[in-house]
Amino acid sequence: MRITQGCFSFLPDLSDAQITAQVEYILGRDWAVSVEYSYDPHPRNSYWEMWGNPMFDLRDAKGAMMEFEECRKAHPEAYIRILAFDNTRGWETVMMSFIANRPSTEPKIHLQRTDFQGRAQKYAWDVRT
Amino acid sequence: MSDETPTASPKTVDLAAEYESSGVAEVLRELDEDLIGLAPVKQRIRETAALLLVDKARRDLGLAQETPTLHMSFTGNPGTGKTTVARMMAGLLHRLGYVRKGHLVAVTRDDLVGQYIGHTAPKTREVLKKAMGGVLFIDEAYYLYKPDNERDYGQEAIEILLQVMENNRDDLVVIMAGYADRMDRFFSANPGFRSRIAHHIDFPDYTDGELLQIANSMLRGQNYAFDEAAERAMTDYIALRREQPHFANARSIRNALDRARLRQANRLFSESAGPLGVEALSTICEPDIRESRVFQGGLDVDRRSADLAAE
Repeated sequence: MRITQGCFSFLPDLSDAQITAQVEYILGRDWAVSVEYSYDPHPRNSYWEMWGNPMFDLRDAKGAMMEFEECRKAHPEAYIRILAFDNTRGWETVMMSFIANRPSTEPKIHLQRTDFQGRAQKYAWDVRT
Repeated sequence: MSDETPTASPKTVDLAAEYESSGVAEVLRELDEDLIGLAPVKQRIRETAALLLVDKARRDLGLAQETPTLHMSFTGNPGTGKTTVARMMAGLLHRLGYVRKGHLVAVTRDDLVGQYIGHTAPKTREVLKKAMGGVLFIDEAYYLYKPDNERDYGQEAIEILLQVMENNRDDLVVIMAGYADRMDRFFSANPGFRSRIAHHIDFPDYTDGELLQIANSMLRGQNYAFDEAAERAMTDYIALRREQPHFANARSIRNALDRARLRQANRLFSESAGPLGVEALSTICEPDIRESRVFQGGLDVDRRSADLAAE
């Protein structure tokens, strides 16, 4: 099942040229770029592994793309996302995040129903291959 | 360039129009006006600019595909304007569309080489990431290679640099700078660099007259001026300073002027009684220059070591 989270996730996968253009946009707004990867795309898993430190002082998208390519080489079957962080006072938050790499077969998000006290029902989702 | 037509390549090219519209003319004019002396350097840069302009025209017509090798080495003594020219070169390459952003990242060995095992590669890569799309200026590049220590981490930085210089020719231009003789030794020990560097530019020392001109233009930039006696003193100063150790061409002149301004401020402060005019505040007088230790035989440290050597 196609995991949808972050920007552009309902669009077809971005090509490298399109990712470069997005990073160029991020740098144009003076945001910091960072690369993160995870094998657990559950929507509640907000803590992905960092690939290196956020890059605050880049001038050109190529620098971030080098890191992204390194990450993709090391973890071709992981979800990799590119984040833009705005460090202006008052914002100090992630401004943009999109998935740039997906595993060849994506896991399913499975719905689990359980009976609970007094005939109540509880639902939970987990990620399964 | 955004106004290029991707559909059909044009049949002819107007080099003169290209020269004006790309802004190369402006950079070369700036080079001519801002830099005093350095005639051979200017000549080489004009040649390089012509080559790149023609090459760009050839690529526009579909005659050439490859990005030419643009890595350069600047050799010359300290203070001969290598960094300044490198910054202009970055602007030139940017106008011609050979680098995307046209910024200059100036580094030395300390920025590239780490202190312990495994520290160097990330450090070098960090610098390279920053320099992508611009020009990486490595000052005193020969310090990267220390032949007497085979476990020196500099070698690791050199390998990464060589790899990037080859694979990312579209993204980054590397300029290495340093003293001529030591750069020669560096290149002969690392033949990989020699083959990857296409342009070698040699920076000659300034003559005394040029240094005086530089002094005058530096002062003008800060709204100061010499009076006549002070200019004569400066001429003597330059001749004497050149003979003393650690002479660094224009940089020595800048430092001398900074100290002269300090002495001028001191003099005004201690001598002045009553209001001072613009004239007094912006004139460097003879005593401001003559008080320099250069006229008493140089810095104390240097004189002491010379005395010791004499004994």
